[in-house]
Order: sequence, then C-alpha cells, then structure tokens
Amino acid sequence: MTDPRQSPTETILASLPRRRRAEARFRIYGIAAIGVALAFLVLLIGAIGSKGIGAFSQAEIALDVTLDESVLDPSGTRDPETLSTANYRAVVRAALGEIFPEAVSKRRDRRKLMALVSAGAGFELRELVLEDPGAIGQTMRVWVPADDEVDMLLKGAIARESGRFNDKQLAWLDRLEEEGRIRSAFNWRFFSSGDSREPELAGILGAISGSFFALLTCLVLSFPLGVMTAIYLEEFAPRNRWTDLIEININNLAAVPSIVFGLLGLAIFLGFMGLTRSAPLVGGMVLALMTLPTVIIATRASLRAVPPSIREAAIGLGASRMQAMLHHTLPLAMPGIMTGTIIGMAQALGESAPLIMIGMVAFIVDVPQGLLDPASALPVQIYIWADSPERAFAEKTAAAIIVLLAFLVVMNLTAVILRRRFERRW
Amino acid sequence: MAQAVAAAEGGERSSLLAAAQGRRARQILGERVLLGLLVASSLVAILTTIGIVLSLLFETIRFLDAVPLFDFLFGLNWSPQIAIREDQVGSSGAFGVIPLLVGTGLIAAVAMTVAGPLGLLSAVYLAEYATPRARSLAKPILEILAGIPTVVYGFFAVLVVAPFVRDSSESIGFEVSSESALAAGVVMGVMIIPIVSSLADDVISAVPQSLREGAYGLGATKSETVRDVVLPAALPGIGGALLLGVSRAIGETMIVVMAAGLSAHLTVNPLQAVTTITVQMVALLTGDQEFDSPKTLAAFALGLLLFIATLILNLIALMLVRRYQERYD
Amino acid sequence: MDMTPSNLMPKLTARGVNVFYDDAHALKQVDLDIRAHEVTALIGPSGCGKSTFLRCLNRMNDLIEICRVDGDIRLDGEDIYDPAVDLVYLRARIGMVFQKPNPFPKSIYDNVAYGPKIHGLARSRADMDEIVVSSLERAGLWDEVKDRLEAPATGLSGGQQQRLCIARAIAVRPEVILMDEPCSALDPIATARIEALIDELKQNFTIVIVTHSMQQAARVSQRTAFFHLGNLVEVGDTDTVFTRPVDPRTESYISGRIG
Repeated sequence: MTDPRQSPTETILASLPRRRRAEARFRIYGIAAIGVALAFLVLLIGAIGSKGIGAFSQAEIALDVTLDESVLDPSGTRDPETLSTANYRAVVRAALGEIFPEAVSKRRDRRKLMALVSAGAGFELRELVLEDPGAIGQTMRVWVPADDEVDMLLKGAIARESGRFNDKQLAWLDRLEEEGRIRSAFNWRFFSSGDSREPELAGILGAISGSFFALLTCLVLSFPLGVMTAIYLEEFAPRNRWTDLIEININNLAAVPSIVFGLLGLAIFLGFMGLTRSAPLVGGMVLALMTLPTVIIATRASLRAVPPSIREAAIGLGASRMQAMLHHTLPLAMPGIMTGTIIGMAQALGESAPLIMIGMVAFIVDVPQGLLDPASALPVQIYIWADSPERAFAEKTAAAIIVLLAFLVVMNLTAVILRRRFERRW
Repeated sequence: MAQAVAAAEGGERSSLLAAAQGRRARQILGERVLLGLLVASSLVAILTTIGIVLSLLFETIRFLDAVPLFDFLFGLNWSPQIAIREDQVGSSGAFGVIPLLVGTGLIAAVAMTVAGPLGLLSAVYLAEYATPRARSLAKPILEILAGIPTVVYGFFAVLVVAPFVRDSSESIGFEVSSESALAAGVVMGVMIIPIVSSLADDVISAVPQSLREGAYGLGATKSETVRDVVLPAALPGIGGALLLGVSRAIGETMIVVMAAGLSAHLTVNPLQAVTTITVQMVALLTGDQEFDSPKTLAAFALGLLLFIATLILNLIALMLVRRYQERYD
Repeated sequence: MDMTPSNLMPKLTARGVNVFYDDAHALKQVDLDIRAHEVTALIGPSGCGKSTFLRCLNRMNDLIEICRVDGDIRLDGEDIYDPAVDLVYLRARIGMVFQKPNPFPKSIYDNVAYGPKIHGLARSRADMDEIVVSSLERAGLWDEVKDRLEAPATGLSGGQQQRLCIARAIAVRPEVILMDEPCSALDPIATARIEALIDELKQNFTIVIVTHSMQQAARVSQRTAFFHLGNLVEVGDTDTVFTRPVDPRTESYISGRIG
C-alpha cells in the first residue's frame, strides 16, 4: 500500500528559501527592537551628559577689590551685624569702575557693567569679610562668578549677535578676557549651595540634603516594617483568606501610581495628622509606604531561598520557631534583604510626583538641617529647574540629573556587588 | 550516704529545671510580643490601602457636593481655573473629566504603540534567540531603562524628543504643538518597554519546552514555532504584561507634567497638546491653594478615578498571569 | 508491499555515534541500522541513552545547548549532520511523537493541519481537509473527534491527545517516525490502541520507538536494540533478543535483574 499522493519532499524543498528569509527577518526584528531601546538609552545619556557637563564649570571674573572701611564699616566697630548688612555691591561696583573708568559716568552704562557680574558677587565678598574681618582696608584680587548670561555666552550657548548684550558690554568682556580677568573654574557652588533665582549661584546641596533626610526616614520606616511583614507572611502566617488578602494587597500596592501615594500623604499626614508641609519627614513617610512592597517582596524571596533544612536542624536542636528564624534563617537571608532594600531606596530616590503632592516643590534657598525643615528633593529640584525659563537652568537641570544618575548607579552597583558577593548556591 | 548525694543532686537538678522553666516562660512571652509586632507590621500594608481608599473617597464626596457627579463624569469641558458663568457651582470653573480621559488614553495609546511591539519583540528575542551571553548583556541594559527616574525621561522629552517631533513634522508640513501628545507618549513608551519585555520574557520562558519540541519535530522553523505555538500559548500572560504596561502609562506623572500640555483639548490628534489626569492633579495641587476649594478636592476625585482604573487593570493582569502560570505548572 | 532494493537497504544508519552533555559521556560509540518499514524498539534501563540516541536521529539534541554529537548518521545514505542539511527538511522527513502528549493550544483540526500548512503541502482548503481527515483516520481518532474538529485539542483525553500527536506527525507524511515512550503517560486501554496503531503504521513508515516496557517492545517491534550505560549492548530480531540474548547484560535486563 503506497500513498496515492505525490511525495511531499519537493514541495518542502521549494518552500525552504522563503522560510529561511522569513526566519532571518524575524530575528532581525528582535535585534532591532533591542537596538532601538539601546539607542534611546544612549541618546538619553548622551544628550543629558553633553548638556549637563558645562554646568560643572563656571565663568569667573577677577576683580581687584578694595574692602573700603568707609563703605563697609564706617563706625569701625567690626560688629558682625554691621558687617553682614554692609553694601558689598558698592565695593564690587567700585572694583569694576577701576577697570572701566569710562563706564562710570553714565548710569545706564554702570548698570550694564554690573550686569556682567553675578548678583552673588557681593555675597561672596561678605563671606570673605565675615570670615576674616582683618581683610577690611586691604585691596586684593578676588574671582567672583560671572552672570549666567555671560557664562552662557562664553560657553557658546548664546551667540554674540543674540542681542542679549549691547556692543559696549561685548567690548568690556573682550577686554576682561585680554587682561586675563576671565577664567573658567570648577563650579563648586553647584555642590555647596541651595537653590537660587540666579542660575550661576544655584546648587543642589539643598536638594541632596532634602533627599537624604527623606530617604533616611524612608529607610528607618520601611526596612523594619517590610522585613517584619515578610517574616510574618513567610514564616508564621497561616495560609488562609486573610493572608491571601494581605498578599494580593501588597502586590497591588506595588502597582498603584506613585502620585496616589502623594494624595494619601496630603490627606492623612498633612490634613489629618497635621504634620508640616514640605518637610522631608512627610516625604520620607510617603516614600516608605511606596517602598514597603519592594522590601517585603525581596525579603520573602530571600527567606524562601534559605533551605528548610537549616530551619529544621535548628528546631531539631530544641530551638523555637522564632529562635530558628532569628538566629539562623534571617542572618542567612540578610544579604538578599539588603539588596532588595537598596533597590527600593534607589526607586524612592528617583520619585518626584508624591513629593510634589506634599509640597516639597517650593523654592527653598536654605539647605535643610533636619527632618522638619522645608526642603525639596533632588528629582523635584530637577523638575523645578526644568521648568525655569533661564537658559542656564537647562544646563543645571542636566547636571543635577547627572548627579542623580550617579547616585543611582552607585546604589544599584552596591546592590549587584552585594548579591554577587553573598550569592550562595544551596 | 548515697541516698543523700542522690537527693542533693536531685535538688540541684530540679532547681536547674526551675531556672530553665523560668527562662523558657520569659522566652515564650518575648516571642509572643515579637509575633504580635510581626502581625502588626503586616497590617501596615492593609492600612495603607485603606488609607488611600478612605482619603480619596472622603475628599471625592466633598467634591461631589460642589460639582454634580454627572457633570464630572460626562462633562466635555475641563477648565478649573476660569469661571464659565457667574452662577456656577464653586464659581471656579468647569470640571468635566472627559477631555482628561481622552488625553490620558491618547498618550497611553501612543506609549503602548511604542512599548507593545518593541517590548514583545525584545522579549521574544531574549527568550528564544539570544545566547546566554547576549541575554546577560541585553537584560541589564533594558533594566537600566526601567531604573531611570521618570523626571529624567520628562526632561529628555522636553530637551530632545519634542523639538525633534516638532521639527520633523513641520518639515513635512504638519502643524505641531510644542507639547504634543506624540512626544510625551513616545518617551513614556520607551520607559514602559522594560516592563512589558521583562514580564513577557518570564511568560514566554514559562511555555513548556515540550510544545516547542512538538513544533520543531514537525519541521517548523524557529520563527514559525514562536509565532504559531509559543506566542498563542503565552497569550494570556502577554495580555497581562501589556495591561500592566497600560496601567503604568495612565498613572505616570512626571513625563506628562513636563512634556504634555496643561490646557484640556478634546482631541485624538497626537500632534496636538492634550492634558492628562495626572497632569491636572499636579496642576490643581501646586501653587496657591485653599485646601477646601473644589479645585483641590477635584484632584482627589481624579485620584480616585486613577486608582480605580489602575486597580482594575492590575487585578485583571495579575489574574491573567496567575491563571496562565497555573495552566503550565 | 513492494520489495525494491531500497527497502532492503537500511533507512537510517548510525556509525560511531558519541554524545556528550558537557563532560558527561552519554552515548558511546553506537553503531545501529534501522530498516525501512519495520518497527525498531530501543530498550534499556532509564538513563541508558536510548532516548538520547533517538533524539540524535532528527537532531532534536541540537536544541540542548550543552549537548554535543559526534559520529555519522545517514538517512538513505545522506549525512544528516552535514552542515548543508536543512533541519526543517530533515524533520519533515523524520517525524516525532513525544513521551508526554503535547498538542498545541489550537483546535483539533489546526493541530493536524499545522505541519502541512507550514510546509505548504495543501494547495486548497479541500486538500487540507482531506489531509486532516485521512491523518485522523489513520491515527484511529477520526470517529471520536469528527463532530468537534474545532474544539480545543487540550480538551481531549490523554490517549486521544497522543493519537492526535501521531496524526499531526503523519499529516506531514514523513518517512520515519520517532516515538519517545509514547505510551508512558497513558492507561492500558489507550496503550493497546496506540500499539495497534503502530503496527498498522509500519506499512507506510519506518518506526523507531523507545520504550521502557519490554512487553511493549516484544509486542510491536520486529527488531530490538538494548542500551546499557550509554552502550549499545545488543541488537537483533526481537524474537531472538528476547529468547536467546547473546550478552549476559541483556539477559539480566530482560529477566528483570537490571532495572
């Protein structure tokens, strides 16, 4: 009995080239998809890196300032109160007048000239005098920050022809440059000061400190709560509908939009409990609730990874279940728990929406010193600056992002190293 | 004599025993307290959910005192800032949520148009084609995308994508608003790629090898096997992955706050500016605010809508994934 | 049955086949001929390499990353491990039925139609219908499923699923069918049906079956190969192997001392 139909081999052979092409196409689609994702990542990091790198340097102008006693301390008492309220701007103006005597005659020119130097130049002289009142009466060369527009001009972000500077200003700047009075210096102010309306004076220390206090609160709350919840669910809880409910609830909390947690903080922590607005304490509490599911899920996974034989051995020696857990299971699970916690903290560090809801979005110049001082946070600072119209703030925004990403990289690398180092195959 | 020693030993032993019992009693008490603490901390998760639901509900009810439910759910006009007519309730604007829902849906649709195909194709490639080495390289890269804070994506959208979308569409003659739904949606899509791909990867990897072998045994090519056997088998789980992606898209805040518009246009044209639920929540609650005005309360009503929508999506997604996992266990 | 010389020549020949999983030497220097239109049974204790050998014959082992195959295996004289050989073509000629029934998550009809569809074997819908019906008939499943061809295949019983998998394999009209313990997951009644089916199928196909049941080997096969610890210990006519084994290991196994 042979098959009446013709052998299929010819047909199959004929179909092969077409199918090989389809196969190659399909594989290319996959590679292309990953390639697109990768390209976006490279583009994102490239764009932000190239935009932000400039903010780490700042144009400075050298002034030969005379700390004139008759201006700063006419009574000669060296009273700190007098010294801190003195008119340092006049000193700056005088120093500029030394360089450009021709500009002093007209009011309009004087204003244009002053505009080249940052409004913060006076503050820096004040710091200098307050630190060393003996400097009064001396003449010294001081590098003060240039105005942000000048900085942008020197970095090439603003064209000379843009109309933001008149011809006189451009000529003054050229002369300053010829005389070696302009330099580009590392922008330490960016790391040592809080927010400011002046881009050249704005820094991220306030935001970092706000983030630090918020994360501290978040860690102190979410770590013990998360670990204890996980221990209960994994080691002690009976399997019933109630624990099922807790589980579904935790999985679901992990997927609730972060902005909703912000509303919770606004209604309960601020409205109901009456805590301070804009405080890192409240921000940290909200972040803790958001981080909780991550810590719980990671802790449960690491507890589960400890083989039951270890628990059973301890119980066999007469330890109670609680002792077996505290003395044996938990220490072995600790590296995994730490890894999960660090990853949770990294997520919390990048969150902005819930913090905005509870008012950590205000313009705050002072660097917060505690949990209740009004504060912003690093990602929120990025949002605030991204919204600011000054061109120089775009650079600052990108630079703040670089700092934020650097923190995240360090945290995630720590987590990876921790996992590698303590990874154990049972 | 021997008896006396035995008695003394016995006495010593019983006092040791008593001490041990006392220690044991204290230990039991301590463990009770500890267990109580564990139970209590597990309640925090429940309390959080209850807190969210109660605070949203409570404020929403107060909002609905000022604005009728019907006007809120079916109103075509959203302008909380300006009074439309003198006698308006709350006299501070119109609170029709439809334009926000359409805007949110539009941006989520753009995002899923990017994240769906790219996420699924990468997942298929990683699960079925990539060598272990390529996999161990590509997976962390995708995870980096998931780890970048959304505020960074928002800035990227404003800095790079929006100008690009505007310039390239204008060069082919389209009128584009500088805060187009397209730019925000595309960037959001990139953010969601790793969510879709990692879940879909898990789901595809869980398809039993025996099904693949069945197809290979018939002479199917790898792509035929994937398309005709693996993906249909993984379909419920993939559906779950996509739904979780959608849930992320509609709840995402910073990207749209920074890159999408503030004013509510009722349009499905992705080149126009639209606004979303989350954008309006931020807009309503930042700046000067009186806590009890319909303006601030409206944010909670929007929050409730958002919470319900994401809750439903998440529950369906979890159910799909779980049911799928059970099928092949 | 026509007795052309090609039917007397072995359908498959294996010479010096070695298989390694990483460093583990799973199959050692196996030489074996598979004759056309016969059922060849591969028997032996578990882990002896019989399944591994079977999976070499349609290069299913290629799917396992750590697996390396050395040696020479020929189908009608063509080296199937030649780099120029297309796996699609090879597997279309050498079909396979697996230990656990693995119907696709599709309808009964689509399961059977899948092979012919991807290979483009049906020119029309009517063509396809005919292939599906005749395959189901030959697999002895037609009467049970003819009223529910569009029902999902996963709803069938285990024995029906396995016959569906056989129907799916023969729909491509391969020359050889490899069966990897096809009855191990089935009850005795379903097993009896499959065994009867195998007996019929050998008219048109060359069949190689791995089984852990010596009774099954004795019932369905004409030739039997006994594997032990990666070695092919003995091969011969089934009757001979079971009644007068040459090697003492074979004797121990069939009398139940190695298991």
